[in-house]
Amino acid sequence: MAIFLDENSRIIVQGITGAEGTKHTQRMLRAGAKIVGGVNARKAGQELDFTEFSPEAVLTVYGTVAEAMDKTGANVSVAFVPPKFTKDAVVEAVDAGIELLVVITEGIPVHDTAYFWEYAQTAAVQRGNKTRIVGPNCPGVISPGKSNAGIIPADITGPGPIGLVSKSGTLTYQMMYELRDIGFSTAVGIGGDPVIGTTHIDALEAFEADPDTRAIVMIGEIGGDAEERAAAYIKEHVTKPVVGYVAGFTAPEGKTMGHAGAIVSGSSGTAQAKKEALEAAGVAVGKTPSETARLMREIYQKL
Amino acid sequence: MEYQAKELFAKHEVPVLPGSVVETADAARAAAAEIGGQVVVKAQVKTGGRGKAGGVKLAENPDEAAEKAGAILGMDIKGHTVHRVLVTQASDIDQEYYVSYLLDRANRTYLAMASVEGGVEIEQLAVERPEALARIPVDAIAGVDAAKAAEIADAARFPADVRDQVVDLLQKLWTVFTSEDATLVEVNPLVKTPDGKVVALDGKVSLDDNAEFRHEEHAQFEDKAAADPLEARAKEKDLNYVKLSGEVGIIGNGAGLVMSTLDVVAYAGEEFTVDGHSVKPANFLDIGGGASAEVMANGLEIILSDAEVKSVFVNVFGGITACDAVANGIVHAFELLESRGDEVTKPLVVRLDGNNAEEGRRILSEFAAKAPEGLIEQVDTMDGAARRAAELAAAK
Repeated sequence: MAIFLDENSRIIVQGITGAEGTKHTQRMLRAGAKIVGGVNARKAGQELDFTEFSPEAVLTVYGTVAEAMDKTGANVSVAFVPPKFTKDAVVEAVDAGIELLVVITEGIPVHDTAYFWEYAQTAAVQRGNKTRIVGPNCPGVISPGKSNAGIIPADITGPGPIGLVSKSGTLTYQMMYELRDIGFSTAVGIGGDPVIGTTHIDALEAFEADPDTRAIVMIGEIGGDAEERAAAYIKEHVTKPVVGYVAGFTAPEGKTMGHAGAIVSGSSGTAQAKKEALEAAGVAVGKTPSETARLMREIYQKL
Repeated sequence: MEYQAKELFAKHEVPVLPGSVVETADAARAAAAEIGGQVVVKAQVKTGGRGKAGGVKLAENPDEAAEKAGAILGMDIKGHTVHRVLVTQASDIDQEYYVSYLLDRANRTYLAMASVEGGVEIEQLAVERPEALARIPVDAIAGVDAAKAAEIADAARFPADVRDQVVDLLQKLWTVFTSEDATLVEVNPLVKTPDGKVVALDGKVSLDDNAEFRHEEHAQFEDKAAADPLEARAKEKDLNYVKLSGEVGIIGNGAGLVMSTLDVVAYAGEEFTVDGHSVKPANFLDIGGGASAEVMANGLEIILSDAEVKSVFVNVFGGITACDAVANGIVHAFELLESRGDEVTKPLVVRLDGNNAEEGRRILSEFAAKAPEGLIEQVDTMDGAARRAAELAAAK
């Protein structure tokens, strides 16, 4: 098993004809993901040849997510849609009732994200369409050896017992690399925007329930209070060992550090507060990514 | 800044006092004459505490307004030079209130805050007398209509004589919040004048940078004069750069990894001293997943022109872009800089790890062998490389 994504996941790509969409469709196929089609209203009906990357992969471009799901049985969508069209793309996927929607796009206005998040909740209540949104501004989800929905490199490491949830893409890659001899059940990049779909807590809950995951790495960064909330959740609900890392101790107040959500406002959102909250919940927090990996290795050896 | 907030308020019919923004004492005189009567001259800087610093003055007539403006213009308030003043009608204040809308990250929705105790630091009020600050969640789809506005006004216990005006203002302020793509709109104080009118006396608006594509008009609000010159140059080149105060220049790929790099350098820097303090990171610079030669060259150029920088730490994890491509990028960046006449003289410590790291390191070693002795060093681990970069910064 794994969380959110496995070998049975059937994936479509919204924005498959764009440069990023095409490039990462190739990479996902090469990693063994079951990509079954794409969506672009203006290019509906086109057949795209990806056989160089996976022998069977001649993919049809559908006009809508609903049609793509109907024709291919897709249950996962990965969106590589420009920021100004992302809100509509998400609403469309939610309306179609896709199970998992990974939004890779960076630079979405936060009012659009707040809107589509609320829309997804309303749809869930009114029509029973429960879409899990991962992102936006995230690298996606990978269950090594099973499937890959997003841009996380599949060749860093293979399957194993560690679950990973992170706000940051490159720190996800770094951590997977440092622990590559052990391997991962699933790595979830939840994204660095102020408003995101799947949170640390959602991933922790799923890892706790997943029999293949035996220990968890949680990576956070400055801004908001998601890590503090996750710490409270861990204390109450997580029995598996968790190690943590928080980036941004040296970030000055009031400056956005690359990610739209990575900002210390006044005295809130500091790395120090997050680290203390995690430690108070019994999480071993590393000072550097390498030390965090070492802490996980020690825990793994005792499992 | 205040006047920019007020421009946006006025655009969406939130009541404000008449006033104008000027850059000279003469213009202040003219503005005061046009408004008539008593005016307030207020420094326009992106920081609080203007009143305490002497940046807000009352003037009885146009000549006095010119005199006060002359004194305030050029003043330094908490490191911000005053380039503009707002000349606005002086108003007697009967009551001060507070209203705002903001993004509530934790609950992934919006929050309305309101209080009949305005004019104070709202963070302080929230801590000291939380019962005096109404906090009402606002649904991102439903927004604020008359009923919602009434709910907010009543939760804050606005008195009956101003309630209707506040309900109306709250709806208009919501329009400012949504149609301008703001992450915060705040009116503090919202005042009742002696004749019973409710007016936004001062305010603050934070705009979402990600929404710039649908608000070309927001470009005028950017305060170019106040920005750090290196940050301004980086922005021109589309680089994600934040100037800090330190000796080790930092380049990395991915926001999280770069933030982490700053921390690791700061830890390593505690072991070394330069000018009596520990070695610190000089900047944040994320060159993105691609890490192309041109972006690398532009980044190096900015960092090398920072006089404080004594060594540079290039920390790249090869993910989507393999390390051999990154190494070639660094080599090309040196060539590009040389062709621009910028010789690299500060030592570089490079850590390449991840996809195809061995080939990347080989390419760089070959290049380093041809470069001046000690100019480019490679260290395999992030922690080790950070330590070496800090050591070099201290030795220089």
